[in-house]
Amino acid sequence: MVDCSFDLRRGGFHLRIACRFASEWTVIFGPSGAGKSTLLRMLAGLERGGAARIGVEDKEVADLPAGRRRIGLLTQQAALFPHLSVSANVSYGLHGMTREARSVRVKEMLELVEAKNLADHRISDLSGGEVQRVALARALAPMPRLLLLDEPFSALDGKASNELLMRLQPWLRERNIQVIQATHDATDAFLTNAEVVLLQDGQIVAQGPAFEVLQTERERLTRNLSAAQKSAS
Amino acid sequence: MDWQALLLTLRLATLTTAILLVVAVPLAALLVLGRSRWLVLVEALTALPLVLPPTVLGFFLLVLLGPRTALGRVIIGVLGHPLAFSFSGLVVGSVIYSLPFAVQPITAGFAAVNPALVDAARLLGAGTPRLVSTVLLPLARRSIVVAAVLSFLHTVGEFGVVLMLGGDIPGATRTLSIVLYDQVESFDYAAAMRTAVALLTMSIVALVAIYATGAGRRMSQGDRRG
Repeated sequence: MVDCSFDLRRGGFHLRIACRFASEWTVIFGPSGAGKSTLLRMLAGLERGGAARIGVEDKEVADLPAGRRRIGLLTQQAALFPHLSVSANVSYGLHGMTREARSVRVKEMLELVEAKNLADHRISDLSGGEVQRVALARALAPMPRLLLLDEPFSALDGKASNELLMRLQPWLRERNIQVIQATHDATDAFLTNAEVVLLQDGQIVAQGPAFEVLQTERERLTRNLSAAQKSAS
Repeated sequence: MDWQALLLTLRLATLTTAILLVVAVPLAALLVLGRSRWLVLVEALTALPLVLPPTVLGFFLLVLLGPRTALGRVIIGVLGHPLAFSFSGLVVGSVIYSLPFAVQPITAGFAAVNPALVDAARLLGAGTPRLVSTVLLPLARRSIVVAAVLSFLHTVGEFGVVLMLGGDIPGATRTLSIVLYDQVESFDYAAAMRTAVALLTMSIVALVAIYATGAGRRMSQGDRRG
């Protein structure tokens, strides 16, 4: 459960949000520039400023640095460390574990994303899709309580992306890891049976089950189109 | 060739470079990762030796480290002698004078690392020391080489600060630059030529070595890595 409120001004952009993400998988849906990425970065602790309150499982984390929030973030830019191997990247966030335990966790994560054959590879040898799989394994390895996904599977084709999402969902559910995913692709929302939050111009305009929120959005667009047609005729 | 002066110059440059790298890496990390607006002041002070005449810097250090100031008296109390006109004093002066030559390349190298990698390391729980040692330093290693070579060469060629702060004491503060000055003053142009050629050769060899590794070109282009 994530309970948050933000009031942040950046130039002409104003992010003003107060909401609760209670579903195990929430999709933040909205056009480019709506504030999806900023919202995720604020939750992760990478953006600061303005008035912010972030409760994760009833624990206030707004004052904690990013690394102590137990929040994973995976973005379109995978940002793997180019000078480290795949397994060193995946184990980077594993602290306070024995070498054996780290090794087991790295293997488990790479198996989850179907990349166990890449363990010793250099990052420069990976394809775009492989990079995103490894980045997902790295984000999950420390077992965050919240995983933020910012359009992270753009380099995977539709089929591979869907398969990975299907494989990921039960694994995350078993470990009680909540997901908030930012996307402009409505398919992701239907595929994951997520709760959808509709974000526009830095504000939440609708929140609820995917079929409901996206239907409302469709109706709104249809109404706008009809109104435009009437005024044109 | 004044071999004693050559060895003293190399010893001074090596020690100065080692100290500068230890000081410059955390300072550069602070300038790149820090968020305080006061860092502008730190950055300006770090760059000050670039624009300040060496004799002015040497004069201030001579006064500051001498017996007329509280700091100077403390140093005399601890060491038993003033820092001025000693090898230790030359090291202090050289570190301050060559500071921008170490800090600026390393700062540029750190700033060129993809910010997404810094975010990733932070999210994965890396504190600043781990972020610097495992991400910034490996990805900016060429900048470290450039900083080391520039600091070394700048110290080797230093004249104004050395003369003001160290004087011309054989075996203690007489460096190759001072020897060259003495040789010209006494019209011994043949010896002066040998000394000048030795200094020139050192500089050319070091710079060719930097550019051969590609570090110099990358530094001047300010490329992004990672």
